[in-house]
Amino acid sequence: MTRSFIELPITADDRRIAGYASAAIALSIAEAAIPSPVPGIKPGLANIIILLVLLRYGWTDAAWVSLLRVAAGALALGQLFTPGFFFSLGGALCSLTVLALSIRLPARWFGPVSHSLLAAFAHIGGQLLIARLWLMPNDGVLYLAPFFALAAIVFGVINGLAAAWLLAREASVDELVARADSLTTARANTTAVLPAPTCESRP
Amino acid sequence: MALRAKQWLALTRPGDWLVLALLGACTVQLFGIFAGRGPVDRAVIRRDGEVIAEVMLAVKKRIEVQGPLGITVVEIEPGRARIAADPGARQLCVRQGWLDRANATALCLPNHISLQVQGKAARHDTLVY
Repeated sequence: MTRSFIELPITADDRRIAGYASAAIALSIAEAAIPSPVPGIKPGLANIIILLVLLRYGWTDAAWVSLLRVAAGALALGQLFTPGFFFSLGGALCSLTVLALSIRLPARWFGPVSHSLLAAFAHIGGQLLIARLWLMPNDGVLYLAPFFALAAIVFGVINGLAAAWLLAREASVDELVARADSLTTARANTTAVLPAPTCESRP
Repeated sequence: MALRAKQWLALTRPGDWLVLALLGACTVQLFGIFAGRGPVDRAVIRRDGEVIAEVMLAVKKRIEVQGPLGITVVEIEPGRARIAADPGARQLCVRQGWLDRANATALCLPNHISLQVQGKAARHDTLVY
């Protein structure tokens, strides 16, 4: 009997998505350790990563990272298939839907902060919908809506600024790398073109 | 790396402020609708959006309102009100139960009737003579 191998080719895309997803998962876990005054209000730091991926690599990658984050984050925290998991999943799906639309807004006018705010509102919208329809089928939960909205504004702006800052920094890092590259190439060219200095040519 | 306010501002774009303003307005609206949990003292009954009765929630009584499908019965008690009976098929407004929070509303859409309870407009009037 011959041994059979199932080989799953790993592409560069997979590695990139996995890298960003692990960063997002780490942030979710770190965030779970932060005590919150009101249940359900969290900064949503992992969304910084989602925004970053969205603006650098597009919506599909962002969706992958987001859903991997929800699944693996829940696994790591022991919350898989608990109500918290479904809140998180519902929020993520709503956010992704809104981001798919908001990413079509002209980038000149609407930056990471816009996307972050809209996604944060979609997130609480999705969670309230799940809570209202499934867990607490009465209007009581809606009385928390204004507080969730306030948190969404605050953390939406903060996460958006963080993503914008990281993007700007990445851009400047890219620029530095490009400049360093061009410098080395220039130097290489210079050495190639100019004749090597000889002892005789020195004064 | 600490950034100054100016540098943070440079990270925003004009539309971001528009989005912030719109969502901020939504939040204020939400506070207006849901945070006013104060006691209620008035029930407003509307048919097709027009106010047909405004009742103080002081004594127990029943009010019958004629709609296109039939009679909707509104029950009034001190501090709360509810739809006691409605000809609508799904009975959503009846199942909503007692309304005792400011701006809570029960809609009997099939019969075009709505019941809303409202808070005391000037709650401290009687405290100071």
